[in-house]
Amino acid sequence: MKTILIKGGHLIDPPSRTDRPRDLLIRDNRIVELGDPGKLSAAAKKEGAEVIDASGLIVAPGLVDIHVHLREPGQGHKETIESGTKAAAMGGFTALCCMPNTSPVNDSPEVTRWMLSPERKAHIRVFPVAAATRGSMGDTITEYGSLKAAGAVGFSDDGKPVLQDAVMHQALIAAARAGVPMIQHAENTKITVGASMNAGARAFRLGLRGMSIEAESGIVERDIRLVRELTTGGKGPRPHLHVQHVSTAKAMEAIRQAKRAGLHVTCEVAPHHFMLTDEAVEGYNTHAKMNPPLRSEEDRAAMVTALLDGTADCIATDHAPHAVHEKEQEFEKAPNGITGIETSLSLSIKMLHHQHRMPLLRLMHLMSTAPAHIMGLRGRGTLAPEAFADVVLFDPKSTWTFDARKSPSKSRNTPFDGQTLPGVVKMTISEGRVVYKS
Amino acid sequence: MSAATKSAPKPAPKSASKKTATPAPAPKPTAAANGIHPGSLLSITQLSLDEVSSILALADKLANEPLSKHAELLDNRKIALLFYESSTRTRTSFELAAKSLGAMTTLVSDKSSSIEKGESLKDTGLTLRALGAECIILRHNASGSPYLLAQQTGLPVLNAGDGMHEHPSQALLDLRTILSRLGKKQAVDEKTLDGVTICITGDILHSRVARSNALLLPRLGAKVILCGPSQLLPPEAVQLSTGITLERDFDAALKQSQVVMMLRIQKERLAGLQIDLADYQRQFQLNDERYAAYAPNALVMHPGPMIRGLEITADIADGPQSAIEEQVSNGLAIRMALLARALTGGAA
Ligand SMILES: [Zn+2]
Repeated sequence: MKTILIKGGHLIDPPSRTDRPRDLLIRDNRIVELGDPGKLSAAAKKEGAEVIDASGLIVAPGLVDIHVHLREPGQGHKETIESGTKAAAMGGFTALCCMPNTSPVNDSPEVTRWMLSPERKAHIRVFPVAAATRGSMGDTITEYGSLKAAGAVGFSDDGKPVLQDAVMHQALIAAARAGVPMIQHAENTKITVGASMNAGARAFRLGLRGMSIEAESGIVERDIRLVRELTTGGKGPRPHLHVQHVSTAKAMEAIRQAKRAGLHVTCEVAPHHFMLTDEAVEGYNTHAKMNPPLRSEEDRAAMVTALLDGTADCIATDHAPHAVHEKEQEFEKAPNGITGIETSLSLSIKMLHHQHRMPLLRLMHLMSTAPAHIMGLRGRGTLAPEAFADVVLFDPKSTWTFDARKSPSKSRNTPFDGQTLPGVVKMTISEGRVVYKS
Repeated sequence: MSAATKSAPKPAPKSASKKTATPAPAPKPTAAANGIHPGSLLSITQLSLDEVSSILALADKLANEPLSKHAELLDNRKIALLFYESSTRTRTSFELAAKSLGAMTTLVSDKSSSIEKGESLKDTGLTLRALGAECIILRHNASGSPYLLAQQTGLPVLNAGDGMHEHPSQALLDLRTILSRLGKKQAVDEKTLDGVTICITGDILHSRVARSNALLLPRLGAKVILCGPSQLLPPEAVQLSTGITLERDFDAALKQSQVVMMLRIQKERLAGLQIDLADYQRQFQLNDERYAAYAPNALVMHPGPMIRGLEITADIADGPQSAIEEQVSNGLAIRMALLARALTGGAA
């Protein structure tokens, strides 16, 4: 039995709307009690608790990132489950959902279990998202029941979206039966062939083929239509569509309407989509090449608005590590994606808390409580007694300079390298174990 | 690269007409642009008008003095021509320019099998540098590839055409041609081409020549009309720069123009597009009849290679108003100047 007392901090717990000085008692892997400052000290002393002084720090539920690429199995040169979770712990995360576009694709209980095995040496909890279709080829749905039993928490073909209406229809039903979300990367890949950035004037000038707004919004609208049909006409369980990394105002508006209509549609926004525009592509900067691409200022602002008004349910990074030599290529040849777990909290504090006055309680909701809830991760995203002792301690006031080379991640493909950012993670506790300390 | 900000096209006036939307913000030097040799020419937008003037002046000097005067300017300097796409005209022009300044050249091309299968552009560049190359002239089918090469090698890199992006030396030689044929001074400023309308017609979408010209000429006060069918000229082209309008009717465009620049129809690129060549010819070919009716005195230009009888007829291409051959000889002068600038900082 190991007991930890975190005292003197400012505790934020979105589910209970706690936002004030509170001490926190942890025993083994669970949260035991919250108390007014000083109130838990006697009990803690009796148990011989380790005392952590959180003076001047925010104490919040560990962050949850429901969209990361850990590259294992198959591409250990970019990232491993060990290196990725270590970097995530540094970023304040205690749970990650990893995408199935590994090699082989995670479309079987064997791969799911392999990812979850202790030999992977994960520093924090990993929850695999399994492929929605076999080999992520978009034709035949996988066995959702057995994948869920093996540990999958949702289904997605991520970068290879499910384009066929009939297959998506089946996937929504099967995921609903399994009680998990059907997760879609919304892109009509039939009309984005060869495209490497946002469509528009800048793409024209740079001589690059562009991805239109409609390539994203069209799939979101189609998926919402399928959800509506199943919700109103269906006899089965209510389907849950989760839209990954929304990047366009148009798709976000479709989601807003779907929510108003009472459909179970959720979505995430990535920090780069609320921080940057396609201006970052100038000079053919491959660290600004991602999918969905960085969009216009109007779209960027719409992502912020959606996070502020609740249309966007949560923040997810789409952490996509790539080796240096892979990004040092011709722009159109270079792979999509940037790393994100190290900077997500700081970028969110910078844009949402500082620039748009979002309360930290709300920010913690977007980065912990809501994502845990979307993926059905019980006992996470909260500091309620009996929840897992997943805790992050950070200083929202001080700043740090991000040096990608010092990240435990194996990759350093990020446009934020060298930036000085607010919000310093001081400690991350995953199920009662200190997994990061600065 | 600070010149890039200085020389950026000015934003469009708020009261812009329907056809002139606000241009996309001009490129800003990014962190990734650091380490690029100042002698590089990657995009025409990186040159200030002062730099354009000095390149033109240098080209003038080199073109007019006897060969013996500058034959040792780049004595024994090593220049690599790295050509992933074949191009007789541009390659020969750069090669002759280098040789007439006394430089040694080596050609590495996809045809010569010197480009190792699968070797990255970065590694090829580093290999050339290790072999002593002091400047690389790059032609590549990927837009932006000269940026990568320049960043990775630190050498001066001259963009000899990259993907659908730019062909800056072509824009400079076209400018030299226009200035001399219109009897303008070679020292340019924002007003040099005031009152001059230049029509660029054809496959604008795929044309790096069109982009470089459309990014340069309006900065000298010219009005640029881009003309072509919507498949080859998407509406966002108008935002390349201020001073650009789109016109689908070639006759209407010609009527306003003092210079008409025809582009090659790249048959190989029409595959996925719905273009009826006969119809295209009917609408956009520069022929005697159209020329006489709408622009009887316009200067005729073409970056080549031309397909006589498709986008332009032989009698127009070879007629007295054609500057096509002059463009080629101006190419040599401009490229000599660019090489001197790259390797000596322009101290010719
Ligand atoms: Zn992803």
